[in-house]
Amino acid sequence: MLQYFVRRIVTLFFTLVIASLVIFVSLEIIPGDPASYMLGINAQEDTLQALRQELGLDKPKLERYLEWVKGMLIGDFGVSYTYRAPVIEMVSDRLWVSLPLAVYALILSTLISLPVGIYAAANRGKISDLSVMGVTQIGIAVPNFWFAMLLVYLFAIILRWFSAGGFSGWEAGLFLGLKSLTLPAISLALPQASILARVMRSSLIDTLNEDFIKTARAKGLTQNQALIKHGIRNALIPVLTIIGLQFSFLMAGAIIIENVFFLPGLGRLIFQSIAQRDIIVVESVIMLLVFSVVIVTFLVDVAYVIVDPRLRSSIL
Amino acid sequence: MKFIRKLFLVIIPLVFSVNAFAAKTDLTVGLQLEPPHLDPTGAAAGAIDQVLYSNVFEGLTRFASDGSIIPGLAKSWDVSSDGTVYTFHLNQGVKYHDGSDLDANDVKFSLDRARAEDTTNAQKALFAGITNVEVLDHHKVKVTLDKPNGNFLFNLAWGDAVIVAEESIENIKQNPIGTGPFVFDKWVQGDRIELKKNDAYWGTPAKLDGATFKFISDASAAFAAMMAEDVDVFKSFPAPEQLVQFESDPRFKVLIGSNEGETILSTNNKMEPFNNLKVRKALAHAINRQAIIDGAMFGYGTPIGTHFAPHHPAYIDLTGQSQYDPDLSKKLLAEAGFPDGFTTTLKLPPPAYARKGGEIIASQLREVGINVEISNLEWAQWLEEVFRGKDYGLTIVSHTEPFDIGIYARPEYYFQYDSKEFQKVIEDLTAETNPVQRTSLMKKAQRMIADDYVNGYLFQRAQLSVINAKVKGIWENSPTQATDLTSVYWQN
Amino acid sequence: MFSFKFKNKKKNNLSLSFWVGLLFVFIVFLLALISFIWTPYDVTSLVISERFKGPSFSHVLGTDHFGRDILSMIMVGAQTSIAVALVAVGIGIFFGLPLGMIAAAKRGTFFDDLVMRFNDLIFAFPALIIAILITAILGPGAFNAIIAIGIFNIPVFARVARGAALTQWSKEYILAAKVSGKGTFLISIEHIIPNILNLLIVQATIQFSLGILAEAGLSYVGLGAQPPIPSLGRMLADSQTMISIAPHMAIFPGMVIVITVLGLNLIGDGLRDYFDPKLRGSS
Repeated sequence: MLQYFVRRIVTLFFTLVIASLVIFVSLEIIPGDPASYMLGINAQEDTLQALRQELGLDKPKLERYLEWVKGMLIGDFGVSYTYRAPVIEMVSDRLWVSLPLAVYALILSTLISLPVGIYAAANRGKISDLSVMGVTQIGIAVPNFWFAMLLVYLFAIILRWFSAGGFSGWEAGLFLGLKSLTLPAISLALPQASILARVMRSSLIDTLNEDFIKTARAKGLTQNQALIKHGIRNALIPVLTIIGLQFSFLMAGAIIIENVFFLPGLGRLIFQSIAQRDIIVVESVIMLLVFSVVIVTFLVDVAYVIVDPRLRSSIL
Repeated sequence: MKFIRKLFLVIIPLVFSVNAFAAKTDLTVGLQLEPPHLDPTGAAAGAIDQVLYSNVFEGLTRFASDGSIIPGLAKSWDVSSDGTVYTFHLNQGVKYHDGSDLDANDVKFSLDRARAEDTTNAQKALFAGITNVEVLDHHKVKVTLDKPNGNFLFNLAWGDAVIVAEESIENIKQNPIGTGPFVFDKWVQGDRIELKKNDAYWGTPAKLDGATFKFISDASAAFAAMMAEDVDVFKSFPAPEQLVQFESDPRFKVLIGSNEGETILSTNNKMEPFNNLKVRKALAHAINRQAIIDGAMFGYGTPIGTHFAPHHPAYIDLTGQSQYDPDLSKKLLAEAGFPDGFTTTLKLPPPAYARKGGEIIASQLREVGINVEISNLEWAQWLEEVFRGKDYGLTIVSHTEPFDIGIYARPEYYFQYDSKEFQKVIEDLTAETNPVQRTSLMKKAQRMIADDYVNGYLFQRAQLSVINAKVKGIWENSPTQATDLTSVYWQN
Repeated sequence: MFSFKFKNKKKNNLSLSFWVGLLFVFIVFLLALISFIWTPYDVTSLVISERFKGPSFSHVLGTDHFGRDILSMIMVGAQTSIAVALVAVGIGIFFGLPLGMIAAAKRGTFFDDLVMRFNDLIFAFPALIIAILITAILGPGAFNAIIAIGIFNIPVFARVARGAALTQWSKEYILAAKVSGKGTFLISIEHIIPNILNLLIVQATIQFSLGILAEAGLSYVGLGAQPPIPSLGRMLADSQTMISIAPHMAIFPGMVIVITVLGLNLIGDGLRDYFDPKLRGSS
């Protein structure tokens, strides 16, 4: 057991080191210079040099890499080249948009998909099931940015119920904030809800075939009663796993949607920073994302091992 | 069920309609680009000036809406007879937003900072001729130049030459403290910047209580924001194709003004085969300007035949010299030794004029046998490969600096035009202060680059702004990248 | 040596949805193939005066902002999408399959561990951001879009191949093959691969459809095939600012993406049910 943990922690450590190297090296070879981006086409060579020096870009690569890593270890993610603000502050500002958006989308997709999945499972094989499943197939196939464009066309340009983009900020009130996140959340939720509904349906059908449901029905419960009393709870485990996966996808995967709706979220921060060659921001944000995924995977693995004795014996 | 549907029809518009009845004393301005930071003296980004110029920061001189130079913080100035010494008299009672007084020391600090060896001023060249800045008294500064400079007062009007205080310089990038009629209030990064009225302004106070600059880079979002009246003014509206809809809507007004952006097909003059004048001439005749203006700018733009703004008094129309004539173009190519044309690159930066214009130009050049490989670049890549690396055949860029024909006198500049004769003309022009002489030199310069077909001269961009019909006082023209709000108000 | 049969013990028919999917994909492929020799109009010639025309007899799906025929552009654009997604799947199989096979054959060893950690590493990176970075380094273009999408296909196939192969290795017939003196490599080629092929085909279909979506996303943000080569994603990006005046520019290319991806997903699901009837109905 201990040996397992030690091995996992060592690999975790190496994964992070390799990830940091990969990120650093790829951003070193990316063509384009932050100083000349900032100073534009009339800048003189000595001015560029002065700015590079001010930003610390003239130091040797190895030194900059070590400084970056050292900073991260003590929670200092550097200062943005273009905005001159600490990266960690910028990230936490952006998280106030990205996090609520992801949660909003997730709630929407869960609220839509679970009833739909249950409904389809209860009516499996019937026309209603087939048509619901057909709709979810389409939902998976729709590119979310295209769906977003259609939503903007309908709700912002024709009906003018929502604004087509931008974020009012939370200080303008919870309602306005949620309102500006509504269309983006719907666009993000559609494919997720479709996937989730399918998972819910199939996992429910699997559960319905299990013995304890059969017992329950033998005791006189109707199929729907059995489904509600015993089936749903048991079918939720795979659904929760998928929801967990979708959450991390929604955090990093909203880039395009954030761009369509012009939301000041994490995705757009990265996108902008790449264009502006604000390398330190790109590096640190990607590293944070990688770190969170790696840590979550690690914790989940460890939790499984602790909970499930069968897994424990197989790895020891 | 029916009832519920009805209820929804009533409730939804109620909930989502904006409050249209409040009297407005604030203004929301839509801009396409967000400033990277708020120091106009420390970056090239035009977005900084669009928010802060004349609103928060002021210079000794400033641009008026027609592009002329008028007094700013300096109420007047004397020029020595040899044109090398300027004595500026500052306005009395000017206070920074933090309450401190503006005096001659701040002017010395600002100018010395901009021309210092380790400056990060993007337009250091503006200050190149200054040899000394001397404080005469609290409100008097003497600036000495190495030689007369006809552009000096014009240079001082740039956003890069605004007066800043030594005390607040450290945090200027996040918290700009200037002397203007508006005070910087708040910046929600990625979304907006808020300004509020400066009650202690030294000059005519602003009519608005506050202004919000909202950053909307996406054209369809810009359209929707205007339509929903979330935004009252959209400066440099990004999608000319949608202007028709605003023109037909009485709630809005479309302002079509002049802009300093000469949009050109920049040509690498040192590269084969563009080092051959005949090839460059063939290129010029292969281009149908009107088709580009129609296709890429939806008709908004003025054809130009040289690198000069048509609204400038010294402009001469040389478009006739490069008329669209594909047959002549093919003939010229054959004479130059390319009867079957050749292949070259066309590297395009992100703006729509370049991307859309590029596709049209590529198809026009294909007609005369020039095969063009398009590659779309981000600005950072464009600066590295094209501007600094000179690794390109053709590119499309709008040169937005006012009065920038002088770039043709710099042989190391990215299109690499190296003409001693032209350099002499610009040198004379800079030293010349007599207006009549200056005009004739400007005309000479325009002709020379047109005769040499240095670049393909496409069109002068139009300054397209969409405003709420009740908003008055917005500049129609754009002599510099600024959104001067000093005299903007709502009409009841 | 490569003779094999799909494992299909029960008599089992392909579902209706499979055939519908096949029809969708067939139509799109056919349009793409025809575009190699013929399109209604030339997609590189611009006729500005004809722009923003809605669907009509002369332009079935209307024209775009340069007066180009949208049907012609969709045909060529579909060709680009399919090519990019297909090659990206190819990259995934070419690198991922051997990695997964070797990892399975040498299960529990350092190499196996290395492959799995490599998978974790790639999965830990946010895919779209890395794709944007790759194109920022290499420059935009169809070829670099292929690389960006292909890289993320490698761990997918490695994982599927490894998982499926591990199950096979524990089966008796493999033991028999081992006893008869066959080496690991030979067993992998002769026995394991044919037996996990079903799963690989299903996975390839899924990755193919994901690849189409990814290509659309990349070219939507301007990182896919460069003009004048039409691409569905860029058509959508171009249409975005004009959606209020010419909604048909946005609707048709998007529908083609949906039809292609939907078709591939239906095929994938149909094949999975066909190969493994136990899974029928679950997704």
